[in-house]
Amino acid sequence: MPAINISKALDQGHVQSRASRAFDLAELPLRELNQALHNLTPGSNETAWEVLNPKGSHSVAVGVDQPITIDVRGSVGYYCGGMNDGSAITVHGSAGPGVGENMMSGSITVKGDASQYAGATGRGGLLVIEGNASSRCGISMKGIDIVVYGNIGHMSAFMAQSGNLVVLGDAGDALGDSIYEARLFVRGKVGSLGADCIAKEMRPEHLELLQGLLDRAGVTGVKAAEFKRYGSARTLYNFNIDNADAY
Amino acid sequence: MTYRNPPTTPRKSATFDDYTLSEIRRAAATGIYDIRGGGAKRKLPHFDDLLVLGASISRYPLEGYRERCDTGVVLGSRHAKKPIELKIPITIAGMSFGSLSGPAKEALGRGATLSGTSTTTGDGGMTEEERGHSKTLVYQYLPSRYGMNPRDLRRADAIEIVIGQGAKPGGGGMLLGQKISDRVAEMRTLPKGIDQRSASRHPDWTGPDDLEIKILELREITDWEKPIYVKVGGARPYYDTALAVKAGADVVVIDGMQGGTAATQEVFIENVGQPTLACIRPAVQALQDLGMHRKVQLIVSGGIRNGADVAKALALGVDAVSIGTAALVALGDNDPRWEADYNELDTMAGAYDDWHEGRDPAGITTQDPELMKRLDPIAAGRRLANYLKVMTLEAQTIARACGKNSLHNLEPEDLVALTIEAAAMAGVPLAGTNWIPGKNGF
Repeated sequence: MPAINISKALDQGHVQSRASRAFDLAELPLRELNQALHNLTPGSNETAWEVLNPKGSHSVAVGVDQPITIDVRGSVGYYCGGMNDGSAITVHGSAGPGVGENMMSGSITVKGDASQYAGATGRGGLLVIEGNASSRCGISMKGIDIVVYGNIGHMSAFMAQSGNLVVLGDAGDALGDSIYEARLFVRGKVGSLGADCIAKEMRPEHLELLQGLLDRAGVTGVKAAEFKRYGSARTLYNFNIDNADAY
Repeated sequence: MTYRNPPTTPRKSATFDDYTLSEIRRAAATGIYDIRGGGAKRKLPHFDDLLVLGASISRYPLEGYRERCDTGVVLGSRHAKKPIELKIPITIAGMSFGSLSGPAKEALGRGATLSGTSTTTGDGGMTEEERGHSKTLVYQYLPSRYGMNPRDLRRADAIEIVIGQGAKPGGGGMLLGQKISDRVAEMRTLPKGIDQRSASRHPDWTGPDDLEIKILELREITDWEKPIYVKVGGARPYYDTALAVKAGADVVVIDGMQGGTAATQEVFIENVGQPTLACIRPAVQALQDLGMHRKVQLIVSGGIRNGADVAKALALGVDAVSIGTAALVALGDNDPRWEADYNELDTMAGAYDDWHEGRDPAGITTQDPELMKRLDPIAAGRRLANYLKVMTLEAQTIARACGKNSLHNLEPEDLVALTIEAAAMAGVPLAGTNWIPGKNGF
């Protein structure tokens, strides 16, 4: 953190509570929160942050690139943790659209539900949604791991390129439409599969991978064998006019 | 001698002309629509249909070479802490690594930097070649998000959110398997050799209200330093400009239908979107109606070829123009020196547009290591810089003739139109009259 007058900071809502640094969005603007997070450098001892009163704010804790923890006490709007690269963010509430979009590494846990496009285009890290996720969960994902305790909505994993999407509940319609090499694991029902997405054999390496994901996501009492695996049939990888109906 | 009735001269149909007939036969034989690069090739109302008036008794000119005519432009002053300052109002448009070779991207960076202007990434992420050789680099934020990452976002000088492009407003990217080399595949997180068709809509926002929130996110990630451009294809320029301004853009980029693409369907290129000339006045009008003209900068692209086009575009109210096709030609695209090679591909220099096939004789739109060697990035960059300098001098020549000490002081009153169509689109009088079609009730 750059030079901040401690007494002034306390007045303005920077509160040093226990080991963590609390930042009250009811008192200070979003810009100061993100700037303070971006000002952190490797080795900073301010490794535990708390965000109070998010009240649906957009872009909370975006572009963080240090291995810190951030506990957001409440629900957030769009793009919480966007492009996260190494931090561990926990949203103690629900998240609006695009939580963890384009995450590079680190983790984001949403204790409540997540709106559309959760984990969109994510490249790495782990996104855990303990409630349900809405439509287009994991859209265009490029390496991220997503674990949803509840259900996910329609068009999830659309054009998903790489990474793993694990759903303990049900998936909506058109799951994995135009999917590339991402792996989808669904424990419950699938409304319908999208173009070029098919059920696939669950081989030992997949069971092992899935068990590892469940463990990392803190899931207990659920076995990897309870899931089905879905992925690309790879029939749309090279254009063929006789597949035109699928486009 | 036997008498023969006089024969009817064979007559080909204007509707079913040779090109149309060949396309019907090709479609019937292959079952695939025609895919090509470039922009609209049909004849369209364009800057050639406008003339500049020059000085007269009531306007006096500036001395060429002696009296200053400024060319600089600042982009992104509305919200960005670090606006871009360019020496010339001609930028290099976004063209992807993948579509273009690494050395071609390097050459664009070199040429732009020598000329004091910016270059732009494309639908394939940022390469070291172009970052390293571009003093000012605009990083495109596209629906595919190939290669998108916060590190590159922060080392860019500006961010361009791409909603569409002139060759295909509403269309997504396309890169066929033969160009998905190991390096391209890795940057795009795709299997090697597949036909890549990237999305036409952004994955995590829809509509103008979401765009405002997306712009906020990008500003927050980059600490409000970078100018944020919004690029649209020339479809509904008045409303698209107004909505981009409302969403918080620093710069609006409008690409008319002559603007090129790496590859898309011929039917898309020739039939969707509006000509560049038709897009400018509605966009400027939107900025003026919002009180944002010159506060939010307007960049226009699509068929800009010379300094006259630059001067005319600026006179109509744009802040800068962008070139893509012309920049590739300056590098060496479609050069007659490779005529024999073009002939082998059943085409000719000047007509080659199958850039997606990756067999470019000029070594620009290819990932083939042998063909790539044909382009020397240093010499090609120099050619681009020369061309940009010539365009700038040409535009200055015209501005000085109109008595303007800055290219940005050119105005619609300096122009007349040669055709009724161009007069209506550009909102300037038909030459020899005071008639602007659509104005004053007729």
